[in-house]
Amino acid sequence: MDFGFSPIEARTIDFDKMDGRILKYVLQYEPSLLVCLSCGGCTATCSAGNLTDFNIRRIQLMLRRGEVENLQTEINKCMLCGKCLLICPRGVNLRNVVMLIKKALTLYKTENHAI
Amino acid sequence: MQFSDYFYYPFLLGSLYLFAVVAWRFVKWFAGLSKIDKIRVRKGLLTKKTWDSIVESVREGLLHFKMFRVNKLLGYMHMSLAFGWFLLIVVGHVETSLYYHSSFFPFHHSIFFRYYVTEPTDYVGHVFFEYAMEFLLLFVLSGVMLAYFKRFRSKSFGMKKTTRMRYGDHIALTALWLIFPLRFFCETFNAGIYGNGSPFFNGIGQFFASFINLETFKNPLWFSYSLALGVFFVAMPYTRYMHIPAEINFIFLRNWGVKLKKRVNTYTMAEVYSCSRCGVCIDACQLNHAGIKNSQSVYVLKNIRNKNLTDEVLFNCLLCGKCQEVCPVGIDVNDLRITQRIETTLQYNSSYDYLNLKESEAKKTDIVYFAGCMTHLTPAIKQSMLKILKLSGDNFWFMDENKAPCCGRPLMLAGQFDAAQKLIDNNQKLILASGAKTLVVSCPICYKVFKEDYMMPDVDVKMHTEYILNLVEKGRLKLKQSTQTAVYHDPCELGRGSGMYELPRELLKKSVTLKPMENEREKAYCCGGSLANMKISMDERSVISEQAMREFSTYKPDFVVTSCPLCKKTFAKTDILTVKDIAEVVVENLEI
Amino acid sequence: MKNVVIVGGGIAGVETACALAECGNRVTIIEKSDKIGGKLNRWYCLFPDFKKASDLKKYLEEKISKFDIEIKLNSEVEKAERNGNIWYVYTGNVRYAADAVVLSTGYELFDATRKEELGYKIYDNVITQGDLEEKFKTGNFKTTFGENPKRVAIVHCVGSRDEKCHNLYCSKVCCVTGVKQAIELSKMLPETQIFCYYMDLRMYDKHFEELYRTAQEHHNIQFIRGRVSEVSQTPDNRLAIKTEDTLSGRPMKMKLDMLVLLAGIDTKKHNSKVAEIFGVEREESGFLKSKDFHIGAGILSQQGVFASGCCISPMSIKETIENARSSALQINQYLKTL
Repeated sequence: MDFGFSPIEARTIDFDKMDGRILKYVLQYEPSLLVCLSCGGCTATCSAGNLTDFNIRRIQLMLRRGEVENLQTEINKCMLCGKCLLICPRGVNLRNVVMLIKKALTLYKTENHAI
Repeated sequence: MQFSDYFYYPFLLGSLYLFAVVAWRFVKWFAGLSKIDKIRVRKGLLTKKTWDSIVESVREGLLHFKMFRVNKLLGYMHMSLAFGWFLLIVVGHVETSLYYHSSFFPFHHSIFFRYYVTEPTDYVGHVFFEYAMEFLLLFVLSGVMLAYFKRFRSKSFGMKKTTRMRYGDHIALTALWLIFPLRFFCETFNAGIYGNGSPFFNGIGQFFASFINLETFKNPLWFSYSLALGVFFVAMPYTRYMHIPAEINFIFLRNWGVKLKKRVNTYTMAEVYSCSRCGVCIDACQLNHAGIKNSQSVYVLKNIRNKNLTDEVLFNCLLCGKCQEVCPVGIDVNDLRITQRIETTLQYNSSYDYLNLKESEAKKTDIVYFAGCMTHLTPAIKQSMLKILKLSGDNFWFMDENKAPCCGRPLMLAGQFDAAQKLIDNNQKLILASGAKTLVVSCPICYKVFKEDYMMPDVDVKMHTEYILNLVEKGRLKLKQSTQTAVYHDPCELGRGSGMYELPRELLKKSVTLKPMENEREKAYCCGGSLANMKISMDERSVISEQAMREFSTYKPDFVVTSCPLCKKTFAKTDILTVKDIAEVVVENLEI
Repeated sequence: MKNVVIVGGGIAGVETACALAECGNRVTIIEKSDKIGGKLNRWYCLFPDFKKASDLKKYLEEKISKFDIEIKLNSEVEKAERNGNIWYVYTGNVRYAADAVVLSTGYELFDATRKEELGYKIYDNVITQGDLEEKFKTGNFKTTFGENPKRVAIVHCVGSRDEKCHNLYCSKVCCVTGVKQAIELSKMLPETQIFCYYMDLRMYDKHFEELYRTAQEHHNIQFIRGRVSEVSQTPDNRLAIKTEDTLSGRPMKMKLDMLVLLAGIDTKKHNSKVAEIFGVEREESGFLKSKDFHIGAGILSQQGVFASGCCISPMSIKETIENARSSALQINQYLKTL
């Protein structure tokens, strides 16, 4: 039946279909990601964020919401300069998070590894 | 057939096996070197470098000078075992040659001399050799006793242990521990029966004879001695004792100019095998304070050798270089670790396609100032630098005032060399386009990479200290002496990393009184904030910085001076002492 | 008649003293500054009703004058020892014998220079809320350019909820202080644009929430959810801040004439000496450790030593006064058992 409208799929986060494998892999080695309070301090100071649309705070959200399609492109923008570490009021070890995501993506792609 | 026909077989087979394995490894290591390295070896072969290597081998492989400097007891233990054993072999050989009036006799005769020669002898200097050989044996035994004591003490008092040993290590260690006591009993028992030792050993032999039948035990003892030697030799290539031949090999290769590459090759293995697992690096490591006890250099080298290195261990290191400074073998532990990091992260280097800085973005100038990412979070340093640059009257361009890529060093510390190169290319393009002759940086992390990895032969890379000192010496800036006292903290990347120890002190002394500290220069602490450690938690970092700051505060300075924004920020977090950058101190004491 | 020594003559100290004196105890206040009232002396108006701080101080002064309370100004406790149930408190060359001691030493504003990236004492025109109160009192808001600021940003959570200064707790009252100051500022300088940069706005009292609404509705205060992480100076010597507007997910830059830092409540250094003298335990946060969160607030780890006010937890003035009264009741009960 056509009601004349339908929810736009791409805009809805379907929690039930969420791909949580990368999040699980990252949390296994860097549980400090759990305490992020999304203050945005990291993104504000980010060296890469100064040069491109990279948003390191959103990476954490993307992981949690299972939005992993663009993760590869996004994560490769980080320069690992470490300013975010010096700003984060919760002490999230973001540089390790970035490296873990990169590794997880590699494992996931190359070996069909259970992440 | 008599017993004597058999008993030395374990020794003989063991030593042949050892010789074969070690020779095979040396050949393999050499074969795996790059072409350039092979040329270096060939060219170095007949130069003073070879002689230097021999001297160094004696000094470090036998006498263990560096080990002595770190810890006298540990030095003595290694020296008595290595040098004592070496002399036993050499002097024993001379003794045997004199006895046979020839250098050609079965190899094992010199090792088991007292077994074969039981009748009284009258060769030249036989009394001297009797005493000398017995003294040397006791000398080695004293080292063995220390080794017993060290292991016993470390277990009973819960002190830092070298490593958790593997199966093979246990066998080799037991064999090694048995060799010299067995030899002692063999020789004293023989002396008790035949009187072929010095009066001292004869006396001991007779003492044993007073309660046991020496004849019964004599042959089994000699066999056990031979067996212990044999077992040790067979086990050696598979245990940490491989370091004995490997270290000599390493010394020669290093002196001939062979260098670690950015990728793992056989030279990496030659270095890895040279680690004696003495544990000196463990004591130097500040991660101990934070309770991290599995990622010190000795463990990493061991893990590389056993092929079970995990990221958790590899990346849990500040790369501060303190352990490299004390390593008695001189292994390049930092570079070895970086090489491993390169290997493990090779698959996921970024390309930074979004970066396409145009040369037109550069401003024509004489001096480029690159503050670096961290300096933007320490505005006191940035403001001081800008003030100094303005006062200098030099024509300068603040390159990363609004935005600029990172210098690349943090990526390199994480092993991402390919990715770092992209950043380097971009920054380099801009700096070259500016036409500047000097690049001033206020961050030692940037300094190291600009100095070592950027290809800008016409640009003089200067740490802000150098630049300011130059201004002061030329009279373009005037400093006044204040009454304040300070301690200077050497940042890892500037001190151990780039060897700049004296310039900052020279500059500081023009305005404040510097208090000397015990742990400074090569022995300086890491602030705990190092970007090289990907794994350490913020709490663990704090423990490390607080420990260092508490020690600084015992010198009761008015403030701590450093020349790294990251050190400043990390130390400031502890709120124990005021921390200032060298540039701030200069600005505070300017005479305008 | 029992003797009580109160350390600190701020709001908590005075209110506790009066309540205890009313119960018939002989009370002495030891105050390190030259006047009572503590931090009250620093504020101009109080949230949420813009009552003049001087009015509240007048109330305290009038109240205390009704009792025979000895106030020892310009004095600090140097030593204390307990003998049975009696505490001997030494200050200067005087020794006080007390059946109970009350610590109401309060707090100090977080030293904002510790957040170097925010530029306090590095850039002109970066001030704390304490400095702004001084400006309210004098009515002079001129920046170093000699003009009134056209744009002001107020930064919440400076030195609170921040692992980087080891202060993990929320100072609780800065949020509403910021909103109050924003309103005051907009009343005094109607032309000025005012922004509040917050991580979370904690308007925990019903009046506070109203204040927040008022700020939006009548004063056009703009609230931006994002933590300020860098402050720099523009070529024309104005301030520039970097933050992320987390709600739109994009980094944000803004030029400003004045930056106000809402420094948190900090007791780490402030209370270390007094805690050591009386041998009372402290929480990791630096606040004095109460015996129980629910039913033992203000009962410390030493017998006969109590606490009231902000030295046990961040409190608003209203809460401080309530806490002081309830502590007094608790202490009076203890004194009766002696």
